[in-house]
Amino acid sequence: MSNNYDLDRRSFLKVTVLAGGAVALGLYKQPWSVAQEPGRRPAFVPVAFIRIDPSGVVTLMAKNPEIGQGVKTMLPMLIAEELDVDWNDVRIEQADVHPELFGPQFAGGSTATPINWDPLRRVGAAYRQMLVTAAAQAWGVPESECTTNCGKVLHAKSSRMAPYGQLAAKAATLTPPDLKSVHLKDPKDYRIIGKSHPSVDNRAIVTGKPIFGIDVNLPGMLHAVIQRCPVFGGKVKSANIDDVSKLPGVRKVLVIEGTLSSDSVAGWEPGMESGVAILADSCWQAQSARKNLKVEWDYGRGASQNSDDFTKRAAELLKSAPAHSVRSYGDADATLKSATKVLDAVYAYPFLAHGTLEPQDTTAAYSDGKMEIWTTSQMPAQGQALVSHALGIDPANITVHMCRAGGGFGRRLMNDYMVEVAWLAKQMGKPVKLVWSREDDIAHDAYRPGGTIGLKAGVDAHGRLVAWSQHLITFGEGKTLVQSGDIGGDQFPAGRVPNYSLGMSAIPLWLRCGALRAPGDNAYAFVQQSFLDELAAAAGRDSLDFQLEILNAAPDPGTKVDPNNPDLLNPERMKGVLELVAEKSGWRNRRKSPGRGMGLGAHFCHLGYFAMVVEVSVDSQNRVTVHHVWAAGDIGSQIINPAAAESLCCGGIIEGLSHMQQEITLTNGHVDQANYHQHPMLRMRQTPAIEIFWRKSEFPPTGLGEPALPPILPAAANAIFAATGKRIRTLPLMRSGFSFA
Amino acid sequence: MPLKLNVNHEVRTVDVPPDTPLLWVLRDLLDLPGTKYGCGIGVCGACTVLVGGKAVRSCMTHVGNVAGEPITTIEGLSMDATHPLQQAWEALDVPQCGYCQPGQIMTAAALLSQTPHPTDADIDTAMSGNLCRCGTYPRIRQAIHHAAESAHAPTLKG
Repeated sequence: MSNNYDLDRRSFLKVTVLAGGAVALGLYKQPWSVAQEPGRRPAFVPVAFIRIDPSGVVTLMAKNPEIGQGVKTMLPMLIAEELDVDWNDVRIEQADVHPELFGPQFAGGSTATPINWDPLRRVGAAYRQMLVTAAAQAWGVPESECTTNCGKVLHAKSSRMAPYGQLAAKAATLTPPDLKSVHLKDPKDYRIIGKSHPSVDNRAIVTGKPIFGIDVNLPGMLHAVIQRCPVFGGKVKSANIDDVSKLPGVRKVLVIEGTLSSDSVAGWEPGMESGVAILADSCWQAQSARKNLKVEWDYGRGASQNSDDFTKRAAELLKSAPAHSVRSYGDADATLKSATKVLDAVYAYPFLAHGTLEPQDTTAAYSDGKMEIWTTSQMPAQGQALVSHALGIDPANITVHMCRAGGGFGRRLMNDYMVEVAWLAKQMGKPVKLVWSREDDIAHDAYRPGGTIGLKAGVDAHGRLVAWSQHLITFGEGKTLVQSGDIGGDQFPAGRVPNYSLGMSAIPLWLRCGALRAPGDNAYAFVQQSFLDELAAAAGRDSLDFQLEILNAAPDPGTKVDPNNPDLLNPERMKGVLELVAEKSGWRNRRKSPGRGMGLGAHFCHLGYFAMVVEVSVDSQNRVTVHHVWAAGDIGSQIINPAAAESLCCGGIIEGLSHMQQEITLTNGHVDQANYHQHPMLRMRQTPAIEIFWRKSEFPPTGLGEPALPPILPAAANAIFAATGKRIRTLPLMRSGFSFA
Repeated sequence: MPLKLNVNHEVRTVDVPPDTPLLWVLRDLLDLPGTKYGCGIGVCGACTVLVGGKAVRSCMTHVGNVAGEPITTIEGLSMDATHPLQQAWEALDVPQCGYCQPGQIMTAAALLSQTPHPTDADIDTAMSGNLCRCGTYPRIRQAIHHAAESAHAPTLKG
C-alpha cells in the first residue's frame, strides 16, 4: 500500500470523487500508449526540474502551488539534497501547470510530502549521477572513483575537481539514468533535509513585491467585480445595466446566466453562479459602480433554507432510525441494554467559511483562441480542464501560471473564480483581473458542511468501552452527500470497540460545500474525542488511560489491520504521541483547581498522528483563556524543514481554535455573516503558548498541512469541561454559553 | 482636482475623487501593491500603512485626508530590506502564506517607534488588530522582540 505513493514516469495523479464528496487522491498508471505518444515528454525528466548555469547557480523548479504550506521551499530542498549542492547557490522558480513534465501539481490532502518525497529525491540523484558521468568521461576515469560535494564533482586519486557549472552542458546531452536505480543518500549524511530553511519568498514578502495573484497587472487590463445572487443558485431577472454602464471608469456590464448543477453541490464542477459583472479601469471604480447596481433576482429553491429549520429537522431525524447504515458489527443495541453505564449525547457543529486572507482572484487574457491565466488555485490543472470545458478551448491552448496564494485551506480547490474570469476575458477579448470582495468570499464559499451526531455508548463494570453507536445527520440527497459531509466507517473508535454501528441520514441542501483543512476530520475529531472524554469521566477513568485501553484492544475481525499500511490507523503510533504529549504536559500530575483545567485530544488523519493537551481557565462570565498547548506529532522518519513544520503545526492549532468561535448560518437562503467581524478568527492576544514535540517513526515522511488541526478542538473543549464541569456539545462556543476571552 | 501625495519620500500626483480609499490609490494607481486588501472595513489590518508615523488602515482612509502627509508603505520601510523588522521576519521565517505580513510589519514598525522595547502585553495590544489566517502570531511576537533587541534600533522617518 505504501507503494501507492511511489511515482514512476507513467504515474499520474487522479482525483476521484467518491460518494459523499471525499476526494481520493490515488495514483494510476498511465497506459503505455499515452506515455509513449510521440511529442509527449515523460514525467520526471531531471532537466525539467534543474538548470545549472556556467557560473554554478542552480535553478530548481517548484512544481506545486504555494498557498503558505511551504512547498515552494520544501520540495526543492529534496532535489537539492540529492543533487548535492549548496543551498545558498540555489534559486527557486515557480513552475507553470504542466503535469506531463512535473507530475501531479496541486495543494491538498497533505499529499505533497508523501507523493514527492521519493521521486524528487530521485530527480536530484539522477542529475547528480549525470554530472558524475560527464566528469568521469571528461577525465577518462571510472565513475565509481568520483564523488560529489557542494556542487562539485571530485576525483580524489588525481586531485581533480570540476564545479557542476562546467559539467552541466555535457551532462544535459546524456541519457538520464533509470530513476528507480539511482543511489540515494543515507539520511545521516543529509545537509539540507532536516535543517531549517526560511521560505524562499520571504524577502519578496517583507518588501511588498508583487508575488500574489491579486498583484498581477497586465497592460490594458480591466478590473472586474461580480455581484452574485445572495441566495445560492438564484438567477438575475433584471438589472439597471444602462445606469451602471455610465458610471466613471466602467467599460462593460455583463449578465452571467450561471451554470450551476447538482454537481456544484456534491462534486468538483463548481459551475458559475448567476450574477452581474462590472468591468472598469480600476478595482475601486468597479467596486464603487457596484454600489449603484440594482438587481432583481429569482432566488429559486435556495430561498427556503434556514439554519433553524436544519436544526429542527436534525432533531426529528435523530428520533428515527438512520436512513442508511454505514458500518455495523457486533450488536451495539443489545450491548447498550446490558452495559453498566450508558451515555447518550447529541453533538453539533456549524457550517464554516474558509476566509483566506487573500480573497479569491485570478487574471486571464484571451486572444487568437488562446487563454493565458494567472491564478491562486490549489488545483490549477483541474481549473484548466474546467475552463476548457466551459469555454470550448483546447487545453493545449490554455496556459496556467501559478501565483503565490494568500492562503488556501481548501477554498482554492474550487476553481469557480477561474472559470468566471476566463469567461469574462473571452467576452472582452482583453486581459481581465477578477477580485472578489470579502463579502463575496464569505457569502459564496464552498462551505465546510455542518452536522449533528447522536451518540450512544456504554461501558462495562470494569469501565471498559463495550459499545458505540452513532447516527450522523448530514446534508445531501439519499446517499449522495455534499462534499466533506460524511464520516468514514473506519473512524476511531470503529474497529476497536467490540460492538459498533454508524448510521446516516441526510437533509437536502442547495448550497456549495467543500473541503476545509482536514475535511471531515476537523468536525468529527471534536465529536469523537469529546464523547470519549465524557465516557471516561462517567466511568471514573482517566481519559488517557481510557483511550490507551481502546487502542490496545484486539481489533474487530472485520477491521483491516496492517502496521505497514500508512492509510490505516496504527495504534502504536497513536499511543506513542499520546504518551509523549502526556509526558511533556505533565498530564499525570495535572493540578485541578476551580476554573482551570487541562484537556486531551488525539486524532489520526492524512497519514499523520497528533495528540494535544490544552490548559484553559474560565472566568465567571464563561470567558475562556487558552493558556498553553502541548502537541505531539508523528509524521514519519524525517521532519524535512523543521522551523516551517513547527510553524505549520501552530497554524493548525490556531485555526482549530478559530473554528470553535465561527459559524455560517442561513436565513431564507441568505448567508447571515458578511465579513470577518461576524466570522472571527483568533487574534494575537488570544493565542496560547504552543509547544510542538516530534515522535520519529520508521515510516516515510508524510504531510503536515492538515493532521495538526483536528485534535485541538476536543482538547480545548475537554479542558473547558475540566475547568467548569460543563460539556461543550455544540459549536461554536457561543451556542454552548462560552466565548474566548 | 489632482492631489499631491507624499509616499515613501516621493511626491506623487493622482487625479481621483478625494473619497477614494488610499489602499486602492496605492495598489492600482501608484504601483505599490505591497499593501493588501483583506476586508475593506478595517477589521483585518492587511492594508496597514504609516501616515505621519502612525499605523492606519488604508482601506478606511480617504486619500483626500492624507494629501501632503508623509505616507510610508511596506515598499518604503527601508531601501534594501534592512529594517530590523524585515530582517527579523526573514530570519525567523515568520510568514506562511505571507499575505498579511506587510500589514503586520507596518503595525509593528509603528509600535517600535513608540515603544522600542515592548513587552508581550504591549505587543499583544498593538498587534491584535492584525489578523493572520495562517496563525503566525507566535513567530510575529518573537520577531518583534528580536527586532527590538537588535543593535540597529529602528528609527522611523515619516
